[in-house]
Amino acid sequence: MRVALFLTCVNDTLYPDTGRAVVKLLTRLGVDVDFPSGQTCCGQAHYNTGYRHEAEPLARHFSDVFGAYEAIVTPSGSCGAMVRELYPRMGERARAEGRGDTLAATLAPVVPKTYELTEFLVDVLGVTDVGAYYPHKVTYHPTCHGLRGLGLGERPRRLLQAVKGLELAELPGADECCGFGGTFALKNPDVSAAMGADKVRNAESTGAEVLCAADNSCLMHIGGTMARLRTGMRPVHIAEILASTEEEPAV
Amino acid sequence: MSGTYLGMPAFPEAAREAVGNATLRGNLRHATHTIRAKRAKAVSEVSDWAELREAGKRIKDHTLRHLDRYLVQLEESVTAAGGVVHWAADADEANEIVTRLVKMTGEPEAVKVKSMATQEIGLNEALEAEGIRAYETDLAELIVQLGKDRPSHILVPAIHRNRGEIRDIFTREMSEWGRPAPEGLTDTPAELAETARLHLREKFLRARVGISGANFMVAETGTLVVVESEGNGRMCLTLPETLISVVGIEKIVPTWQDLEVFLQTLPRSSTAERMNPYTSTWTGTTDEDGPQNFHLVLLDNGRTDTLADEVGRQALRCIRCSACLNVCPVYERAGGHAYGSVYPGPIGAILSPQLRGTGSEIDASLPYASSLCGACYEVCPVAIDIPEVLVHLRERVVQGGEVTRAGNKVVLRPAKGHAAERAAMRAARWAFLHPGALRTGQRAASRTRRFHPRTLPGPGRAWSGTRELPPVPAEPFRDWWQRTRGGKDGDR
Ligand code: SF4
Repeated sequence: MRVALFLTCVNDTLYPDTGRAVVKLLTRLGVDVDFPSGQTCCGQAHYNTGYRHEAEPLARHFSDVFGAYEAIVTPSGSCGAMVRELYPRMGERARAEGRGDTLAATLAPVVPKTYELTEFLVDVLGVTDVGAYYPHKVTYHPTCHGLRGLGLGERPRRLLQAVKGLELAELPGADECCGFGGTFALKNPDVSAAMGADKVRNAESTGAEVLCAADNSCLMHIGGTMARLRTGMRPVHIAEILASTEEEPAV
Repeated sequence: MSGTYLGMPAFPEAAREAVGNATLRGNLRHATHTIRAKRAKAVSEVSDWAELREAGKRIKDHTLRHLDRYLVQLEESVTAAGGVVHWAADADEANEIVTRLVKMTGEPEAVKVKSMATQEIGLNEALEAEGIRAYETDLAELIVQLGKDRPSHILVPAIHRNRGEIRDIFTREMSEWGRPAPEGLTDTPAELAETARLHLREKFLRARVGISGANFMVAETGTLVVVESEGNGRMCLTLPETLISVVGIEKIVPTWQDLEVFLQTLPRSSTAERMNPYTSTWTGTTDEDGPQNFHLVLLDNGRTDTLADEVGRQALRCIRCSACLNVCPVYERAGGHAYGSVYPGPIGAILSPQLRGTGSEIDASLPYASSLCGACYEVCPVAIDIPEVLVHLRERVVQGGEVTRAGNKVVLRPAKGHAAERAAMRAARWAFLHPGALRTGQRAASRTRRFHPRTLPGPGRAWSGTRELPPVPAEPFRDWWQRTRGGKDGDR
């Protein structure tokens, strides 16, 4: 199976290690991974901040770049939700504004083929034990768009439970938002920081060394808060845990 | 809406104060988490919750689509049952009608059932200006009124107060309004409740005018419905000679049978009860029983304009259960007052800027008072997609566009203060459409990474004031890929 990696603009620029981990993991599982170099951003930040018309060309660009692949895999719940949930809605809105079906038709092909990484592993490849080794105590934060947008459910936790050496600690208040919310963190800094601090305190109470999630944007916010509060905990993307093996362990 | 809350600072500033207030945060956290857990349990007891939610949504959508027809039907049934219907286009008109009706009775006071609609129009203040005192009889609303405070929650208006604060308010203020609080009042719930009960009982027995809202109005029979937990509502609705009900036009359901859905979803979503302790229904007037004069004031106040908006109109499905407030992480930290409206929390963030427009600073900031986490949509018993409407309203704020105001189509200009953001969004879009330019930018960032500040200038300061920024990596992923084609050409 030949799949396209949609890494997202945030991961590409700030978290290349997550991208390498996804490549390593999928290759190990026998998947032929390609990284279409024309890819940039799905348009989520534009869309969610109220710039729908700026997001439309980005969505079209996404379709152009990824339309021909069998499957599109992304290590980001929120960018996955953007494509799957909001692209159809953008098409509907264009139609309601009397602009016809063109946008909907352009975006339609990529919508059902886009998978968040853990969804792809469990639903498409049918694996929960990916042969990973990660000898640390880990707590899992289900990010909002993964949890409620895509409905990832137990998939990430099942994958983590199958990792050798990993001890999974339940996170109190797991399904509460960490307070990132894209531009929300900039527009409402006080509330955002208070939410982040509560999330970090809950994570700390588990005694885990690592907080993991399937979205680096949330991890950036949580990790930044951890560093500021000097907790000693680390944020790690789930892909990096799943890519780690006994031969090549992640640090 | 009334001007009661105007002059409020925008949401981020108003929220800052609440975030910094440890008592307030403690009160809110405790209250919302308790009710949140209870609600989840009450909802999980019902096996067909998803179907009930869908049914509620459909009934409301159907009614809104044919609102003109159902309003006429309602007016006919109310009139036939001996009531009088009044139409109020806005808050001023509604206040003027109610004031006139109370004056006609010659009474200087009225007892009130807690009502969002009368709060929305600032009725108590309007009556006070005409020398008429309106007594709130709901316990939490009484606390707010005595404390010269503003409500901060739809269902529990005094949620921001703890027991000690309530005892102080009772001791200090009750004598001003009627029966004083007893000497040596403590803050035990039983004593506080008994004090309020005795204070209120005097008012119920004296009152000749009652003022209420309604949770529902049944078009086919002209029946109004109030659900409540304390019994004060039933006293207000049955004891006075004159009853005046002020109700938003969206509160109609076509038939009695439709009530069945909401009488299940409303109590479980709001108070986590299987059924409301008191469900009162009244239809016009009945000889020698209950109020002999009944007036229904149907309030528009921006609702017809909201109905004209295809995406935003779903806010009118709201049955004011307040479940969305109780799960909202932003409401939990910011408190209800920060929303600058009688409708706080997620529903307030989409309802107020539609009813009032996005003209003021606070109304333009409300669509951003959310991290779009989606918890509100998940709990809403009529499935209002609050995040969808928030994004839709953000679009209105930053891009302007056509809206309906007082029945006329007007084109809004973009709100002030978004020029820099708009420019940044355009620049980002341009870079994202030109991968080469994006790569150049990434490489420049990587090459200069040792010189990057740990705090950001401008609007970014808000971020780095409380969080550390991640370091920029030595090489963006796309360069690594190009160099190694995914590690195949050798790596590290
Ligand atoms: S929006 Fe939904 S959850 Fe919120 S108060 Fe209204 S009905 Fe309840």
